[in-house]
Amino acid sequence: MLPASSIIQAVCVRLELRNVTKRFPGVVANDSVDLTVESGEILGLLGENGAGKTTLMNILYGLYSADEGEILVDGEVAGFEGPGDAIAAGIGMVHQHFMLVPVFDVTENVVLGVEPVGGPFASIDMDEARREVLDISSKYGLEVDPEAMVEDLPVGIQQRIEIIKVLFREAEIIVFDEPTSVLTPQEVEEFFGIVRSLKESGKGIIFITHKLGEMLEIADRISVLRRGKVVGSATPKDATKESLAEMMVGRPVDLVVDKEAAEPGEVVLSVQNLVVQDDRLHTVVNDVSFDVRAGEIVGVAGVQGNGQTELVEAITGLMLPIAGHIELGGQDVTLALPRELHELSVAHVPEDRQRDGLVLDFNLYENLVLDSYYSEPYSKGVRMDWPEARRHSKELIEQYDIRTPSPDISASSLSGGNQQKLIVAREFSRDVKLVIASQPTRGIDVGSIEYIHSRIVEERDEGAAILIVSSELDEVMALSDRILVMYRGKIVAEVAGEDATATQLGLFMAGAVS
Amino acid sequence: MTVAPRDPKPQRSAFWERVAPDKIDYRSLVLIPLLAVLTALIIGAVFIILTSGLGSVWPAYKALFTGAFVGWASISETMLAATPLILAGLSVAIGFKAGLFNIGAEGQMTIGGLTAVLVGFSVTGLPWIIHLPLAIIAGILGGMAWGFIPGLLRAKTGAHEVIVTIMLNFVAFRILDYVLKLPGIVKEGRFDPISKDVLDSARLPKILTWLPVENAERMRLHLGFFLALLVAWFVYWLLYKSTIGFEFRTVGSNPNAAKYGGIGVGATIILVMSIAGGLAGMAGANETLGVLGNGQPGFSAQKGFDAIALALLGRSHPLGVVVSAILFGALRVGGRAMQVQADVGVDLIIIIQALIIVFIAAPELVSSIWRVKGGEETGQLTRGWGT
Repeated sequence: MLPASSIIQAVCVRLELRNVTKRFPGVVANDSVDLTVESGEILGLLGENGAGKTTLMNILYGLYSADEGEILVDGEVAGFEGPGDAIAAGIGMVHQHFMLVPVFDVTENVVLGVEPVGGPFASIDMDEARREVLDISSKYGLEVDPEAMVEDLPVGIQQRIEIIKVLFREAEIIVFDEPTSVLTPQEVEEFFGIVRSLKESGKGIIFITHKLGEMLEIADRISVLRRGKVVGSATPKDATKESLAEMMVGRPVDLVVDKEAAEPGEVVLSVQNLVVQDDRLHTVVNDVSFDVRAGEIVGVAGVQGNGQTELVEAITGLMLPIAGHIELGGQDVTLALPRELHELSVAHVPEDRQRDGLVLDFNLYENLVLDSYYSEPYSKGVRMDWPEARRHSKELIEQYDIRTPSPDISASSLSGGNQQKLIVAREFSRDVKLVIASQPTRGIDVGSIEYIHSRIVEERDEGAAILIVSSELDEVMALSDRILVMYRGKIVAEVAGEDATATQLGLFMAGAVS
Repeated sequence: MTVAPRDPKPQRSAFWERVAPDKIDYRSLVLIPLLAVLTALIIGAVFIILTSGLGSVWPAYKALFTGAFVGWASISETMLAATPLILAGLSVAIGFKAGLFNIGAEGQMTIGGLTAVLVGFSVTGLPWIIHLPLAIIAGILGGMAWGFIPGLLRAKTGAHEVIVTIMLNFVAFRILDYVLKLPGIVKEGRFDPISKDVLDSARLPKILTWLPVENAERMRLHLGFFLALLVAWFVYWLLYKSTIGFEFRTVGSNPNAAKYGGIGVGATIILVMSIAGGLAGMAGANETLGVLGNGQPGFSAQKGFDAIALALLGRSHPLGVVVSAILFGALRVGGRAMQVQADVGVDLIIIIQALIIVFIAAPELVSSIWRVKGGEETGQLTRGWGT
């Protein structure tokens, strides 16, 4: 009963998802999804957060079972009870967050769980294991020292170990879940080289991302998921970023941030020779100095973990610097507490919205007064005026386009983009002199990104000084009037926004130039 | 999942809006505790069958119920037993709300009861309208001091309040034993550790003795019950209607967000533990200024530990605590009747209480036994753009 076209395909099809449906209470996460990946092909899976990509891959990897539909491997129906079955069927997954033991060396990590054994006592044959690792790494161009300790290796190399792990388990279909989010632009290029060599050796690849440019560069075919459904497919030849974004979001999207040239005014934030240590007393911000002026956006670029988090925490009063000065409009705020900064009209969009920015089991109006609950009009003395807070929240929900049925639901039931808009609403709805936004659009949908970017530019045009910290180079380049690059706790470069190129910034981010 | 229209009317009834503004979750707040109690009673019945035979189940549970609720005397005793449980339960509950596990209600009760007794017999010549509040305040302050210590240690050094409060319980018991033997405190003519009697002006007055029923003069329910209800209302107001309570709950739900929002997390922890101690101290004062009328070793009688269980059962909500405390009081009082009338050991009550806690701690177990639809994992209410 197969249509003619699939009979022709059936010869070389490696993996096929047919009509896969998965429901969670209240949500259809996957709605009759059909996907095929053939050997020697890269299938790009594009979709916003919450579109159902992760659920689909968890079904493929045996972590969830589908309510309807089936998975076919080489034409045969496969019933995966768990990841073990999926691995046995030749499916491998490289997760967004690496699953490595930092104090083991490369080989130990690769063989963990499937150690080659030999000798009378069935002891682990590490020499054999090392040989195999070297074998794989030379075959696919995955350069790595099999005896290096994982914790000493940069993330780009750690990702290679994950790939070797998958290959060691003889995977034929490899799923990459947002593989480039932790890499510098140069590492991304190298990574793409690896993916292409995997493809050439006949592996089938599923490449999940929300980055449109990468999708166009690497994929052979692109399937777009929206609200659990495959809403379209395209090939890089006939697709553009705009057409993919429109498919992904369901309406035309403005991908370029519209902004006029900045008109910088007087210095609002001045950081001088700032030194910050982390909990383990490592110096993570090392002698950093810069200014942010009214009416300009300064972006801090850098691979995550180069001191940006601590820099922001020190400026926003969440962490105390051990040396240096921070001035706000000429006033010394080096040791100021978060509340004092709040009262000096500083808005802070924190890096991790769920950890710092929201109380997830509080409702929306409680979250909207999180840093101003103690003052009029939300309270009088110690008496909270909840009706007033609720009324105010309705205005903000309307004004900032937060998609919610009511302000009475908990923040945890909002999507990531709406959670972020909730924080932006809280922080921007006051008179703001300085905005510090850390990863302002991480992991949220294109529509919300567009909105939040336009709000940030609006704040700038109203005269606020803006400091953006982001590991998404595209974001820093799109928004910033001036770009600072952080590497190992230092600012290694300053570039004017309009002159910056990804290659040049990437080299600074990797510490290659100083 | 109903979607509320964009209208000015909240979707919940005004009553629930007032009683439980932090999104009353009918399932976790009402249904699960109710089913937990029911399941515990059913399993308790199995124990009765095993020990006393099938025929004893009905008489035992009948005696349990009538002993606790039928007749003025029963109600008086149940409310009386519930009073310290309400106060100590609030103490544990307010800690839970701020993310702190106050195991020290027992010790705070002990110290509070002791300080209340000291003021109760040593201060003389005051009218009751001044002396009684003074003694109660002394009890609250004593408990507060005993809650302040673990709060301070947690905030300043990170010493976990669970460990510190457990240890301070033992310290409190020994302090009580020691102080009760001191000259000037020990009752004249007694060599065992028992304090002088609290003066009448500092005793909590009985409130049901005027009833036109038989044995009305033996009804022991005193003013403490209504004071406890008043305190429960105050704790409710504090938690849900004041800025202080907002800080408590924020620290409890997400300390990082609290810090980000400018809340002093350390100071909040100290304040919460002090208030928790004060509530338990008041529970102690309720005992020594109420039925006992003096201080004696072990007067807290494990009520500070029962408080942990009932705070869990009441989901740390003041109203839930009051209801659970009355239930626990009823089990104690009815259990005595059950032993007398049906010859089923009072230990069964302890088993039932323990089972309730097991089922409260494992809500998934209860919902699978009774096939109650899950409420927590409903997924997202709102989706991405373009809806």
